[in-house]
Amino acid sequence: MNFGRRALLLSTALFIGSGVMVRAGTVAGQLPWRPGAGSPPEPVLPGSWVFFTDSEGAAIEALADRIIPPDSDTPGGKEAGSAIFIDRQLAGPYGRQEGLYVRPPFLKGVKEQGPQDEGGPAQQYRVGLAALDRHCRASYGGKAFAELADADKDATLAGLESATVKLDGADGKAFFELALKDVQQGFFADPIYGGNRDMVAWRMIGYPGARYDYRDWIGRHNERFPLPPVSITGRSDWTPRKS
Amino acid sequence: MFKRLAALIVTFVVLALVVCVAYFVWFDRTIPMDPSIVRAGGQDFAGIERGRYLTTAADCDACHNGPGTSPFAGGRSVETPFGIILAPNITPDRETGIGAWSDVDFDRAVRQGRRRDGSLLYPAMPFAYYAKMSRDDVRAIRAYLNTLAPARNKVAPNQLPFPFSIRASMNVWDALYFAPGAFRSDGAQSPAWNRGAYLVEGPGHCGACHTPKTLLGGDETSQAFQGYAIQGWFAPDITNDERRGLGGWSVEDIVAYLKTGHNRIAAATGPMAEEVALSSSRMTDTDLGAIATYLKAQPGRTDVVATLPSSDQAMTSGGAIYRDVCSGCHAIDGKGVPNLFPALADSSSVRSDDPASLIRVILRGARSVATSAEPTAPAMPAFGWQLNDEQLAAVVTYIRNSWGSSAPTVSPDDVRKTRAALAWRSD
Amino acid sequence: MTRKLPHKDVVIIGLGWTGSIMANELTDEGLDVVAIERGPWRDAATDFPPNYDQDELRYRIRHELFLRPDHTTFTFRNKMSQTALPIRTWGAFMPPNGVGGGGVHWNAETWRFLPIDFVLKTHLTERYGAGFLPPDMTIQDYGVTYDDLEPHYDRFEYLCGTSGLAGNLNGQIQPGGNPFEGPRSRPYPNPPQAQPFSHTLFAKAARELGYKPFPQPSGNMSQAYKNPLGVRLGPCTYCGFCEWFGCGNNSKASPQTTILPVLVRKSNFLARDNCEVTRINIDRSGKRATGVTFVDTSGEEWEQPADLVILSAYTVFNVQLLLLSGIGKPYDPIANEGVIGRNFTHQTISDVTGFFDKAKFNFNPFIASGAIGMCIDEFNGDNFDHGPHGFVGGGYMGQVQTNGRPIETTPVPLGTPRWGAAWKAAVRDNYLSTVKPGTGVHGSFYSYRDVYLDLDPSYKDRLGRPLLRMTIDFHENELKQNAFLTDRFDEIIKAMGAKETLKEYRKGPYDITKYQTTHLCGGAIMGADPSTSAINRYLQSWDVSNLFVMGASGFPQNAGYNPTGTLAALAYWSADAIRSQYLKNPGPLVHV
Repeated sequence: MNFGRRALLLSTALFIGSGVMVRAGTVAGQLPWRPGAGSPPEPVLPGSWVFFTDSEGAAIEALADRIIPPDSDTPGGKEAGSAIFIDRQLAGPYGRQEGLYVRPPFLKGVKEQGPQDEGGPAQQYRVGLAALDRHCRASYGGKAFAELADADKDATLAGLESATVKLDGADGKAFFELALKDVQQGFFADPIYGGNRDMVAWRMIGYPGARYDYRDWIGRHNERFPLPPVSITGRSDWTPRKS
Repeated sequence: MFKRLAALIVTFVVLALVVCVAYFVWFDRTIPMDPSIVRAGGQDFAGIERGRYLTTAADCDACHNGPGTSPFAGGRSVETPFGIILAPNITPDRETGIGAWSDVDFDRAVRQGRRRDGSLLYPAMPFAYYAKMSRDDVRAIRAYLNTLAPARNKVAPNQLPFPFSIRASMNVWDALYFAPGAFRSDGAQSPAWNRGAYLVEGPGHCGACHTPKTLLGGDETSQAFQGYAIQGWFAPDITNDERRGLGGWSVEDIVAYLKTGHNRIAAATGPMAEEVALSSSRMTDTDLGAIATYLKAQPGRTDVVATLPSSDQAMTSGGAIYRDVCSGCHAIDGKGVPNLFPALADSSSVRSDDPASLIRVILRGARSVATSAEPTAPAMPAFGWQLNDEQLAAVVTYIRNSWGSSAPTVSPDDVRKTRAALAWRSD
Repeated sequence: MTRKLPHKDVVIIGLGWTGSIMANELTDEGLDVVAIERGPWRDAATDFPPNYDQDELRYRIRHELFLRPDHTTFTFRNKMSQTALPIRTWGAFMPPNGVGGGGVHWNAETWRFLPIDFVLKTHLTERYGAGFLPPDMTIQDYGVTYDDLEPHYDRFEYLCGTSGLAGNLNGQIQPGGNPFEGPRSRPYPNPPQAQPFSHTLFAKAARELGYKPFPQPSGNMSQAYKNPLGVRLGPCTYCGFCEWFGCGNNSKASPQTTILPVLVRKSNFLARDNCEVTRINIDRSGKRATGVTFVDTSGEEWEQPADLVILSAYTVFNVQLLLLSGIGKPYDPIANEGVIGRNFTHQTISDVTGFFDKAKFNFNPFIASGAIGMCIDEFNGDNFDHGPHGFVGGGYMGQVQTNGRPIETTPVPLGTPRWGAAWKAAVRDNYLSTVKPGTGVHGSFYSYRDVYLDLDPSYKDRLGRPLLRMTIDFHENELKQNAFLTDRFDEIIKAMGAKETLKEYRKGPYDITKYQTTHLCGGAIMGADPSTSAINRYLQSWDVSNLFVMGASGFPQNAGYNPTGTLAALAYWSADAIRSQYLKNPGPLVHV
């Protein structure tokens, strides 16, 4: 129910900031409120690649499985969905480097001055994956990265990391660092973003997820926290089982 | 057989028509006015102040305000089960307000439901309750209204959908549900009880929202104050019912709620937020105590609901949701934080037979009222995007059956229907 | 074409902590106040509710609550000889945006400066001699004393419900508190928060080494609280989503949870959000502000006339706006003249990670709050004899582990590969049994002649205005200070029983990609001398007497503490002077 003085909107045009449309307005008399207000996250939907081509996707999946290899306890980066995470992120504001300062001139500075590239992550992956593909085919008899033996994949990645393996047409080390960061972030982010499927990464380390109340645990020192992890969209225990 | 039925119907209709016509033409329901009553207002400052207080108690402000207009200039859409009614302009403006009305006209409207031109008011104007006020009270209200700046605001005449568009049909309603006559004290009861009864049954018109209604929109007097579904909320039971009403509230709790909008258990939101802000927060503590005394004197019901066992699927999954999502504010023991996050464990609103308010608040969020005594106005976030119908039904059922509470379970279908009913609401 | 709005008594630029404090004070005085905020209105239930606030990717990694660099950013270089390049994505600090400002996403670590911090130049010169200080160090006295500010510190702490244990009550040292703190007139409004396991272990080890550990003063409520304005806060639930995040359950002190509910109800207050002030307008004499010009989200320009202008837009935006408005003489580091932009400072942060036997230690790092911590202050300010060490300054240090958010919490011992099976196993094996404070050593950053702010000659923001240029690097003094403190900190972590520790000294050059708190200070400093300060002791501009500049931009140098408590106390001090002196007789409050 609205009563009394209410928030008024002055301007009709829109401004895009952090992916959310906002308009100039005024607040007076009472704190603003609207039913259902808020900006809850949009969970990633499973399905085919949105950004990657099939071969790019295969390469990233293989890369993810070397950065985070599967073991008997915990799936690897591929099964956990790190590649899906990266795919959806690159298709969105992160890939487009939305919100970042991308005005020219683009000059090369010292590393303490931070990244000064014109292209954002989406472009870096496109270019980097293409260069990686060319390098693998040239070095391993026509094979793509995903088709290499594990030892060869690791050797390639280690080479990129140490800059002993150079890519033609891309900064191999920078591409490796970017992929390393994104694979690992996707592994540990909330499952709504496509990685950390079924919260496998959280289970691995013992992180209970998106909880908010530990008042009954702050005083319990040196005890293992027993509750299973929960994502922003919940856990299986939230849904009543059909009896 | 059908011929007999047809004859019966015709007879009934004819009889009804005769009664209506007779009522309308012959029975003069106006109470004879004392011709010595002069026009209210002028220099009677005590009277004007009394009128201002009564106007506040009667919460005229809530309906007779409109968007973008000055106080009491009307235009507000008042939602009724029969359609939308626009509240008229009651400032002293001669053309668009009631400036040209005599005090007799005003009294007839407020206490008898009859407009100046003789047509009948819809009970969206709670005249059946205001009738309990005395002539002097209403004269004082008029005196106060006369002090307002006249505001030019022409409010369009109402058109409810047929057959309610026929104001004369109000005659039937009035015959069934309107009993003229001011409040009479009960000598057997305390002064506080009597003052409370006057305020609750009269200007406060609590029953307008909190008493169940018949099909025609009149009070089900045998179920007074036992709660009513209105405007997408369930206005809860406000008798002394232990489970669903004010049985667990002290007089102080009730006074705190009405005065500040908050107490150790609950927070006023929705239509009650407006009521607190415009009306009860501006009344005296003594009057609020009297209201509390009277309400707690209304006996609760004796029916019992078995508590759902904790092994029930709804309880285990509802409990998981509660622990993960709700406990951050409402605490694991359901006690919330006094005056900030409602104590679900003690809440009669949570345990209402009709869970509409509870489901609504969870689906869409809610902002509680700010008063000068309690300015925080904490808001509940919306969970409708996060919980599906099954999950929401489970957590609501869990809340209603935990910490010693018991209430009927809520099904996913209940949630689905509430979601659909709320979808078109903008409030 | 600029449209002119109706006159207001006061216009406030930026509705963060100091903007909210000033708005509440001046509306209480009966003045008609408008606050103009560049970012959006923010509220817990709609912007960081406890059902999606726990999103590390969105808020910590993608920076959703902060300013977007494409809105405005800065250029950066270490030395004057370099070309400054734009900060295209944030790193070293996180500029705020939106109603509540940094008060929304701070930790709520609520410290007071030491008494000597306010008279630093005088004190250090007296104790060690002028020759002990580096020749290009430009530290100054504040022009106010700790005693001047004590009642205002107290006021802010009671506004916030700060949870803590007093160490010095009216001169009496109290057990369990900080024995080095300046005297306070009464206890904290709330008892200290409960501490997690690793924090109590740190305190025990510190005590065994002869230090006096105490709980960090925290703006996360240890219990439900009603502040003097009647606003209620709830108890902190140790969710571990504090700094970088908004608080979802009203338990972190912020303008939203302490002031705004009361402020918006006042009929003499109006807030405009998503409107950016582009200029403070001054009259022809150059001595009087006539109001501000701002743009809304459609690019429409408006003029807001006012009698009194409060600039409370955050350190670096304050300085940028002063430069763009032509108020005060811009600082020239070569000539060593001018005041706007001088004495720019940050913080000197380092960390030590401690790895423990997972069979014996389970720290549950995810159970934490933003200002949880057991700290020692033996190495802050001038609390120890600097003579043998050849540096000045210091900081508090402590086990201040505020979260276990997994993306950022993958500590592995030295030598562990950065990927592969060994990395995965090490992350798994160390998550629950590692101590990783983050800002374990929180050291001062004193001011230097060649660390300053000015306008960039080449890069522009979205409105075509020059970006602010930061020229900043670590000096030998701070690096020495940090090495010494980090070694002391490491000793305590080892004494806790760590099987291995990883020291991360702060090393130069200053790196814009490495986060070190958002405690940017200086650039419009306060002082007693108009030739070396931009504002007087009441935060009033020396040049434009109806302009007051709030915030840490007024600090002549930064101490070894988080700045919020002090800048809030200064705001109350300034408000007091405006209410009791300026309004009765508008004009300069200090005459030199």
